[in-house]
Amino acid sequence: MHLPPFFEIGSFEFAKHTVLIFLSVVLIAGFFMWAIRKQALVPAKGQFLGEMGYGFVRNSLGRDIIGEKEFRPWIPLLFSFFFFILVNNLFGSIPVLQLPTLSHPGSAYVLAGIAYISWVFIGIKRHGFGHFMAKMTMPPDVPKALYVFLIPIEFISNLIIRPVTHALRVFATMFAGHMAIMVAASLLGFLLSDVGGLGGILGGAGALLLGIFIYFLEVLIQVLQAYIFTLLFAVYVDGALQEGH
Amino acid sequence: MTTTILAASENPLLPNGWEMLITAIGFALLLFAAIKWIVPMFERTYAERTEAIEGGLAKAEAAQAEADKARDEYNQQLESARLEAQRIREEARTEGEKILADFKDRANVESARITENAHTAIAAERSAAVVSLRNEVGSLAIQLSSKIVGESLSDDDRSRRVVDRFLSDLEQTPTDAGAHQ
Repeated sequence: MHLPPFFEIGSFEFAKHTVLIFLSVVLIAGFFMWAIRKQALVPAKGQFLGEMGYGFVRNSLGRDIIGEKEFRPWIPLLFSFFFFILVNNLFGSIPVLQLPTLSHPGSAYVLAGIAYISWVFIGIKRHGFGHFMAKMTMPPDVPKALYVFLIPIEFISNLIIRPVTHALRVFATMFAGHMAIMVAASLLGFLLSDVGGLGGILGGAGALLLGIFIYFLEVLIQVLQAYIFTLLFAVYVDGALQEGH
Repeated sequence: MTTTILAASENPLLPNGWEMLITAIGFALLLFAAIKWIVPMFERTYAERTEAIEGGLAKAEAAQAEADKARDEYNQQLESARLEAQRIREEARTEGEKILADFKDRANVESARITENAHTAIAAERSAAVVSLRNEVGSLAIQLSSKIVGESLSDDDRSRRVVDRFLSDLEQTPTDAGAHQ
């Protein structure tokens, strides 16, 4: 499944994954800094495109969810999450690169971990440890007796399952999508080379259509997952910042 | 094929520590660029654009207000000019009326004076005429009567009394009728 690494230093394998991560950083930072280099009040094409992407994250993921008053400090994180995941996911649909970086679980864990630490940290900083824990584990307007069950359930769901699903959602969809395309490609190869003949060609054509369908489905999912990851992060931050329970 | 099977047998949930480190470094670099350059530049552009638009709006508003003020002022001036014109017209009319009345009065007075003068003159002349007439008629009558009667009437006092009595008789009847004509 994995290509062999380009070279190794001790146990570190300098492989496609590493190249893609840094390529994505260069592409994103390069594009946005190129787009905004003039800071024109009336934007040209490049700046307009950059503003569209930036404004989408800033407004529909930041301002609309975290709120007009508090969203500004979160723009860099939201921006980085969205475009880092988007570009790394789309690498899975670009020929030759063909590897969604987040199909490697480590990358997904790191991103979800950064998100988790950020919103828990800001929640504790804002409300204090005790109040934050109460906010996370004790939903309001519930009979006191139910807290015996609710506190453990809410604790597990909000503080343990939440980051795990945050990471696994993006990892699993990327991993599965990557596999699905590989399966379609293997099927095409198998039908054409191992079966051969008319049946092989017809079957191969079917497998090709299937592969193309899965390819476009994958592009859609890759974009959607970047959006969902960032959206959930914004929702978590908003929940941590809000007053009361 | 064999590599695929081998890879599938690994637990896909187990992360590679190096990959985690690389991802963290890559993400940190992007976040750094976002905090240091990308977000400030975009935000500054947004703020400048908002300011430019709001500045333009404020300017337009000021111009509008100024135009309104000028129009109000103009209307006010027009109104006051109209009032002024009306006042002047009114004044001129009163003035005219006054002048006319003045002239009428003066004409009346003048005509009354002229009439009065005429009356006085007529009366004076009449009395002068009466006096001279009386004298002349008297002397004529005396001359005539003395010629007829002779010496008896040469006494002046007596003759004057006679003439006077005669004349007053004369005045009472036919002269009155003559004067009325």
